[in-house]
Amino acid sequence: MGKIAASGRNWGERKAAAEPQAAKQGEARRLVAVLELTNISKHFGAIQAVNDVSLSIDAGQVVGLMGDNGAGKSTLVKMIAGNFPPSHGTMQMDGKELILHKPVEARQHGIEIVHQDLALCNNLTAAANVYLGRELRRGLGPLRILDYAAMYKRAGQIFAELKSETRPRDLVKQMSGGQRQAVAIARTMLSQAKIVLMDEPTAAISVRQVAEVLNLIRHLRDQGIAVVLISHRMPDVFDVADRVIVMRRGRKVADKTIASSSPEEVTGLITGAIEQV
Amino acid sequence: MAVTLDQTIAHKQHTLLSKVFASQTFWVVIAVILACLFLSVATDSFATTKNLYNITRNVTFVAIVALGMTFVIITGGIDLSVGSVLCLCSMVLAVTMHAGYGIEIGIGAAIATALIIGAFNGVLIAYLGFPPFVVTLGMLSIARSLAMVASNNTVVFQFGPDHDKLLALGGGAWVFGIANPVLYMIVLAMITGFVLRWTKFGRHIFAIGGNEHAATLTGVPVRQIKVVVYMISALAAGLAGIIQTGWLGAVTTNLGNGMELQVIAATVIGGANLAGGMGTAFGAVVGAALIEVIRNSLGLLGINAFWQGVFIGGAILLAVLFDRIRNFRRND
Repeated sequence: MGKIAASGRNWGERKAAAEPQAAKQGEARRLVAVLELTNISKHFGAIQAVNDVSLSIDAGQVVGLMGDNGAGKSTLVKMIAGNFPPSHGTMQMDGKELILHKPVEARQHGIEIVHQDLALCNNLTAAANVYLGRELRRGLGPLRILDYAAMYKRAGQIFAELKSETRPRDLVKQMSGGQRQAVAIARTMLSQAKIVLMDEPTAAISVRQVAEVLNLIRHLRDQGIAVVLISHRMPDVFDVADRVIVMRRGRKVADKTIASSSPEEVTGLITGAIEQV
Repeated sequence: MAVTLDQTIAHKQHTLLSKVFASQTFWVVIAVILACLFLSVATDSFATTKNLYNITRNVTFVAIVALGMTFVIITGGIDLSVGSVLCLCSMVLAVTMHAGYGIEIGIGAAIATALIIGAFNGVLIAYLGFPPFVVTLGMLSIARSLAMVASNNTVVFQFGPDHDKLLALGGGAWVFGIANPVLYMIVLAMITGFVLRWTKFGRHIFAIGGNEHAATLTGVPVRQIKVVVYMISALAAGLAGIIQTGWLGAVTTNLGNGMELQVIAATVIGGANLAGGMGTAFGAVVGAALIEVIRNSLGLLGINAFWQGVFIGGAILLAVLFDRIRNFRRND
C-alpha cells in the first residue's frame, strides 16, 4: 500500500518537491492507520444513509471523499466528527477503539473539522478567530485575563507555517476567501490534530484562492496530518489527494489511489455509470 | 522575504491615532466637548458648579443601565425591559425597607429581583428560542405591573429605620464633592470595559454577536452566556434603580418610564451596533452624556422642551450616519 501511495505522489505533473514528502510518507506508513472504520452503517429510521463502509486513513495522507448529494458523505463525516454515533460498526484511532458522544470529544482525540462556512466571526481578528473557544489566558484564579501577546504570536507562527500572508491582528471582515480559509485551517493546528476533515473548502472561492487553499492542505499533509477532503470539484481532488473514495447511495463504491484512477472513471462512479471498482 | 515573522505578528491595521479618528465614540466625545464649550460661552448658567453637578448626576442613571445594555447589544440582542425592571427593583427596595427591614436586606432583595428577571428573560431567549424583542417587551409590561402590585400604585417615601443611609447612598457626595452616582458609574464603567476587553467571557460575547453559529461550532457556551448577558442587563437596571431611589428619596410607579429608549439611544450613539458584534463601555457613557447635554442645553437656551425629542433623535441618526459614511468609504 505504501508503495502504491508513493507512486501516487507522481501522478500527473507532481513537482520535484514531492520526493522528500514521499520519504516522509513511507515513514508514517509503517505505523498503524490514524483512523480506521470497520463496517460502519448509519440509518435514520428506515433510511439507510451509510451502508457497511470500511476504510482506513494514514498519517500525512490526503483522501478525497466524493459522491453526489445524498451519497452519505456528510453522514460519514459527521460520525467521525462525533455529531452522532454509527448504528453499526466500529471506529478505531491509532489502533484503539474510538467512541464519540459529542463533537468536543472528537476534538480531544485530535479530530478537527473545517466547516463549509468556515465558522468565522467577521468582527474579530484572525488570532481571535483561531483561538475562539480555547483562548489563552494568564494570571491566577478568577482574575485570569486574555493573553493577547501569546495568541498573536502563536497565530502568526501558524500562518507562517501555512505560508499564508494572513496577519494575526487583521480583522477577518477584510480578508480574501483564501485568507479566511487559512484562519479556519490554522484552528486545526492549535492542538495536536491527527486528522482534519474539510467540508467543501473550495466551493465558494475564486480560482486563485483555490490554489492557495490546496497549498494549505499540502502543508497540513507535510506535517503528518491526515486530511479528508470532501469536495465536488474533480480538479481539486486530483490535484491534491493521494487517494479518492467514492460513495454512492450510502455505499463505498471505490477506494483507489489517484494514480490508478481518472476523473472520467470517478465521474462514472459518482453517477452510477460505473457500478463499482 | 523582507518582512520578518515578528513584524507580521506586530502588524496593526491602524495606528493608535487612526484608530481613534475612525471611532464613532471619538466624534461623540468631540461633539460633547464642543457643545459644553458653546454652552459655557452662550449661557451664564451652564458652567456653574451646580449645573455641572446636576448634569453629571443625571447622566449616571442612563449610563449605568446603558453599560448593561451594551453587553446585550453586543450579542445582537435587545433588552426593552430595563426601564420597568429599574422601577420594579426600586419598588422592591422601597417596600422592603418601608416594612422595617434594613438597607442590606432591601438592596439584597432588589438585586435578587433583578437577577431573577434577567435569568427569566435569558432562559426564554437562549433555551426556548424566543426573539429578544418579544421576551423583553413582555417583561416591560410585566415588571411595571408587578411594581404597581407591590406598592398598590402608591408613592413610597418612608424607608424605615435605614432611611437616612439610603438617601446618603444615592444623594451624597462622599469623595471630592463628586455626586455618589457618578462614582458608581465610573467604577461600573471600568469593570465593564475590563470584562469586555480582557476576559474570555467578553471575547465570547463579541463572537456571539459576530457569528452565533460559528461561536456554537467552536465550542463557545452560547446559551449560558446569553442568559448571563440578560442577567447583567437587568442587574444594571436594578443597581440604577437602587441608586436613583436613594437620590430621589421617593419611588413612584412611573419611574424609568420610557427609559429603555434613552438607554438604547445612548448605546447606539456611543458606537454599539444593533446588529451585534460592536460596542464599548466608554461609548455607552459618552452616548448617555451627549443625550444629557442636549437635554440640559435646550432648557438653558430657552428652547421649548417639546423640541427635545427632535434633537435627541437627530443625534442618534447623525451618529449612525457617520458610521455608515465610514463603511461606504471602506467598501469602495
